Amino acid sequence: MTWAASAPAVSAAFLGSLVEAIEALTIVLAVATVRGWRPAGLGAAAGLASLALIVAALGPLLDRVPLQGLQLVIGVLLLLFGMRWLRKAILRAAGVVPLHDEAAAFAASTAELREHRSRLDWLAGLASFKAVLLEGLEVVFIVIAVGAGRGLLLPASAGALGACGLVAIAGFFLHRPLARVPENALKFAVGVMLSAFGVFWTGEGLGVAWPGADLAIVGFAGLFLLVAALAGVALRRPLEVAP
Amino acid sequence: MLAGIARELIGLFVDDGMLAVAIIAVIAVAAIVASSAPGVTAGVVLLAGSLAVLFANVMGVQR
Repeated sequence: MTWAASAPAVSAAFLGSLVEAIEALTIVLAVATVRGWRPAGLGAAAGLASLALIVAALGPLLDRVPLQGLQLVIGVLLLLFGMRWLRKAILRAAGVVPLHDEAAAFAASTAELREHRSRLDWLAGLASFKAVLLEGLEVVFIVIAVGAGRGLLLPASAGALGACGLVAIAGFFLHRPLARVPENALKFAVGVMLSAFGVFWTGEGLGVAWPGADLAIVGFAGLFLLVAALAGVALRRPLEVAP
Repeated sequence: MLAGIARELIGLFVDDGMLAVAIIAVIAVAAIVASSAPGVTAGVVLLAGSLAVLFANVMGVQR
């Protein structure tokens, strides 16, 4: 396996997982700030354990699914997932939808938790658990999506683990949400890459022999980037002249 | 809580219903083309359709 073959999978898994891990960290930090590290840590650990169980239970099934069927299913899910990210990133970049602000998300989460001060700590732990489980499932999906079709699960997993580790270390030392990460730019890039992977896998699943094989993904990514940029510019223009 | 998690899981793939329906429609058309015309025609339909759907959906938000 060459670096050239695995680099797109590693980078897509790394960038996608970075966004998800930052979102999970924001909620875990909010729980820790309001209710302490015990419920936050326990909830996060329970979320990670549930995630590991799901991966251990369902992971081996991937080998039993026929490759073409797997490519089609993953391709369709990737198109839905990637284009949803890309759509949101375009709307945010054009100023139609407010940018996702981790500092604001942190403030909202802490305010909500403070409102329920009288409730038990396990409710706070549950918030931490749910955040880690849901964002973790997105990471698992991204890893499967970019890695399973070509036997690149290991490099994709390494990219995702690297991103999650990096965010966990940064959160441990900083003790505050990673608000300065250009999250929308990351989402834009990942949306472009996942949509390109989605077209490629769906086509493979349908029996399309893409010219250039894997290299076609780079061309698809370029086209998605171009269309997304054009849409962003076209959306912004009328808004700028509006009173 | 399980219902909430299930809702959020579906939300990972379906945010804007019209976009999801349009993507599925493009894939269905590409599948029909693939079954009748082997080669890259289905791929062209899939790629061009996906790009058109994205552009149209985003521009539709303005209206």
